[in-house]
Amino acid sequence: MLKLNGKGVYGAVATGKISVFKRQEAQVRRIHVEDTAAELFRVDAAKKKASEQLSAIYEKALKEVGETNAQIFEIHMMMIEDEDYNESIQSIIENQSVNAEYAVAVTSDNFAEMFSSMDDAYMQARAADVKDISNRIIACMAENGGSDNGSDDKVIICADDLAPSETVSLDKEKVLAFVTAHGSSNSHTAILARNMNIPAIIGVGDELLEKIKDGDMAAVDGYTGEVFIDPDEKTLAEITAKQKSDLEKKELLKSLKGKENITLDGTKVNIFANIGSVDNIGAVLVNDAGGIGLFRSEFLYLENSDYPTEEQQFQAYKKVLESMAGKKVIIRTLDIGADKQVDYFSLDKEENPALGFRAIRICLTRPDIFKTQLRALFRASAFGNLGIMFPMITSVSELEKILAICDEVKAELKESNIEYSEKTEIGIMIETPAAAIISDRLAPMVDFFSVGTNDLTQYTLACDRQNPKLEEFCDTHHEAILRLIEMSAKNAHANGAWIGICGELAADTTLTETFLRMGIDELSVSPSYVLKLRDTVRNINLSK
Amino acid sequence: MKTFNYTIRDEVGIHARPAGMLAKEAKGFKSEILIEKNGKSVNATKLMMLMGLGVKCGDTVTVTVNGEDEDAAAKAMEEFFTANL
Repeated sequence: MLKLNGKGVYGAVATGKISVFKRQEAQVRRIHVEDTAAELFRVDAAKKKASEQLSAIYEKALKEVGETNAQIFEIHMMMIEDEDYNESIQSIIENQSVNAEYAVAVTSDNFAEMFSSMDDAYMQARAADVKDISNRIIACMAENGGSDNGSDDKVIICADDLAPSETVSLDKEKVLAFVTAHGSSNSHTAILARNMNIPAIIGVGDELLEKIKDGDMAAVDGYTGEVFIDPDEKTLAEITAKQKSDLEKKELLKSLKGKENITLDGTKVNIFANIGSVDNIGAVLVNDAGGIGLFRSEFLYLENSDYPTEEQQFQAYKKVLESMAGKKVIIRTLDIGADKQVDYFSLDKEENPALGFRAIRICLTRPDIFKTQLRALFRASAFGNLGIMFPMITSVSELEKILAICDEVKAELKESNIEYSEKTEIGIMIETPAAAIISDRLAPMVDFFSVGTNDLTQYTLACDRQNPKLEEFCDTHHEAILRLIEMSAKNAHANGAWIGICGELAADTTLTETFLRMGIDELSVSPSYVLKLRDTVRNINLSK
Repeated sequence: MKTFNYTIRDEVGIHARPAGMLAKEAKGFKSEILIEKNGKSVNATKLMMLMGLGVKCGDTVTVTVNGEDEDAAAKAMEEFFTANL
């Protein structure tokens, strides 16, 4: 068995035979021509044929993935007719006396370059659309219609990369999964795979096509991004089990996607998702979460061998905000400590790491690290709907210091004419008993609270959550914890702030009704729990 | 000549889909319709250039309509922006 790793863009699994995707790729050469009029005529004929094909693909997509997703092919048809695009092709043919294929390929590169150089991840991905239509026109000039290679078996398609039109053109009935060596999770191919409910893994790298051949058996896990070539029995059994639970979940999905999080008596609550990396955004969208209630920024620090730069952080935050397209994204500032070690921070070993030098305590002691993160966050705020959240707060004076640093960062940005959003919400975690007890003092200073129930439980009950022996003493439903949450909710609302829960307790459906009665405004859970929780909310009646 | 300013409220700005719809709408008129952002101006019928402007939520664009059916075109444009962007 051989294991390859990529990025899962749609969480689902499949097992089956591999089929390596063959593209009739016309090699484009620059050829000198005398009769440029004939070349212009060939471009027109090819464009006409390409438009007809696209219109057929559009119809197919309309049926399979819905109007919103099919529209990209309507846009492809319009792109083919784009004046500047056509003028460019025409002038290259006429001025350089070259063949039509070459003129289209050069024009394609130029326009793709324009999109690639834009500072927006979404627009950068549009370069693929330009290349897709151009390759189609070039293929139409080669005068050989595409043909299926006839097999009736369902297969796992492996390719270097797939263009959106290639993705939709594939016979969905015959495709078990997509695996590509390259590609971006923002691409239409990834979006289409999600909407076609086909497991898809991208970015496996060049070794994909080197190590596989037609007919190889493979198992694909779109959750983890793993591809197993020639899987052993244990792996196959695991994949089959996931397949079964997927089926059950799919039923739930179908009936709950797009529905409101509303109780029988009409109380609404936001259900957001907790994630720890940019790669999880796909799962957030597939599970229909209303936003991101907790984005752990630690990954940026854990993945690096040195402090991540402002620019590095800015790019990551911006990408999350742009991908969520205006939905709320709450990013929590650095939360590491002796239990989550990062070498370059050179933290001392501690007897009691949970009660030690961690999170906001590190940030306030080393404002240089903190300010770099805040600058990156505020800069990114211009690209979406951001909330910044601070962990491990225990006192008013800590929060005062934090807010002063935020003001400092904003003033610096303003001075350098760097954009940020004034609407950026500021919030704190309620995860120490101290914060809950003085929540009346903290609430007027912030826009929101988010209760971190894991730490709140361990600190309130004096139970180390890493110690399995303490499990029976660690009652997460303990009245003390629920009272602290209720108290925080009252104080938040009395001061015009909203309150969410982002700890594990948020996903505990036996407590959902209790939380709603406290007036909790938002529950943030891992993406796969979003719909289950929605189901629970929709069956609660608070008027009884 | 007719002109108006519009601040984009749509969360994603003038992305592929709205750009496609806008270009389609603009082609229905004889007047020249220009969309300007930060001093850069493009013809509304040119889809790729329109996308290339990179108009985002919160950006203000200036729409200028010039030609024989400019009254109708400007009105249609204002309606289009209000309804879609």
